Amino acid sequence: MSHSILDARNLLCPMPVIRTQNRIAELQPGDTLEIHATDPGTLHDIPAWCRIHGHEIVTATREDSEIRVTVRVGAAT
Amino acid sequence: MSLPASLSASAAANAAKPRVAGARKAVALISGGLDSMLAAKVILDLGIHVEGINFYTGFCVEGHTQAIRSHERDKPKRNNALWTAEQLGIKLHIIEVIEEYKEIVINPKHGYGHNLNPCLDCKGFMVRKAREWMEKNGFDFIITGEVIGQRPMSQRRDTMPVVARESGAFDRLLRPLCAKLLPPTMPEREGWVDREKLLDFNGRGRKPQMQLAEQYGFKEYAQPAGGCCFLTNEQYSHKLADLWQTRGTKQYELDDIMLLKVGRHLRPRPHFKLIVGRDEGENNFLNGYRRRFIHLTATSHPGPMVLLEGTANDDDLLLAARLTARFGRGREDALVNVSITDREGQTRALEVTPILANEIPAEWYL
Ligand code: SF4
Repeated sequence: MSHSILDARNLLCPMPVIRTQNRIAELQPGDTLEIHATDPGTLHDIPAWCRIHGHEIVTATREDSEIRVTVRVGAAT
Repeated sequence: MSLPASLSASAAANAAKPRVAGARKAVALISGGLDSMLAAKVILDLGIHVEGINFYTGFCVEGHTQAIRSHERDKPKRNNALWTAEQLGIKLHIIEVIEEYKEIVINPKHGYGHNLNPCLDCKGFMVRKAREWMEKNGFDFIITGEVIGQRPMSQRRDTMPVVARESGAFDRLLRPLCAKLLPPTMPEREGWVDREKLLDFNGRGRKPQMQLAEQYGFKEYAQPAGGCCFLTNEQYSHKLADLWQTRGTKQYELDDIMLLKVGRHLRPRPHFKLIVGRDEGENNFLNGYRRRFIHLTATSHPGPMVLLEGTANDDDLLLAARLTARFGRGREDALVNVSITDREGQTRALEVTPILANEIPAEWYL
């Protein structure tokens, strides 16, 4: 089980989702990925993308302009 | 053909990507609009495994682009393509094509539509990318929400074969909403989909789409605007044309085309233009770019962040400062203090009279 961080700060949607998607493609089920972003749209889009693809949102927080979303990679389908 | 349960289970376990045994797989171009949503639904209902694909060109109108503006911030923000996929219960793959797409915008073989929208080349390009994805992922065919006669350039009876041919998809490209008006494609001929269940939509009207949406119980969907991207927008195209013309070359970077979506753009002189934030959201956005530009902002009054793109001598800077004052809260006052910071971070202050509204020629606005 690995844990990694993806810096998607200062990227506008949908770039943070695209980066998340591409990074998760390289991870194993059970791994976690922590995404740092600044576009408020990521709080909506990353969970939506995860629901569609069967990944779990562990936490999603926003403090001022800093957004953090942690995803646990689901079983490969 | 359906396999016995035990057999199909082991077949699934052996396959790299398990799937319902025998089910054909289609990749659907999902724009976030109603037509591509309906097309995918028609095919899903025929028992085909469907996954969506969406391309990010940099010109796309996502819900978030407008969200830069403050008054839009409180509205629910969503990416329409993701939302559509979730409604349909399908996966969506978003592919970034910013670099490759430049060639389409800069040099379209089939030219532009009413504005700088290269729709026919663009459709060919997207279907080609979808075909490459299909081949790589072991899918069988491609579907789009195209309707004959819906769009003046890319969705005409005579241009539909152009897209099929130039994308290399040929008869693996199926348009479920108007398939009955077109020659049978491979999925129809092979019996993967029943041609009788496909549709015969035609023309610019939206009624059949609305009715079908209602039949499927789709209550909420993105309203079809002029097109799927900013290139169909007249004002946006005008700004892009101005950028090419003043730079003397038809090139752009992602930051250029993002900045064209934001603020008021004024070109008082051929060698510089100003980008003026219209509200707090835009000011914050422009603020993120300030180090790469000469930038101006009023210090004695609240006012916008203004980026100056190009070169400016002292007279130009004075004019830029007076314009900056004009768009801030001090516009009615005799004097406004404006700070000007160059790309090296050196700041100087000017005290200026705001320019009057009637001193700004209409042509300055891009
Ligand atoms: S509107 Fe834009 S995205 Fe849609 S086909 Fe035309 S150029 Fe392509």
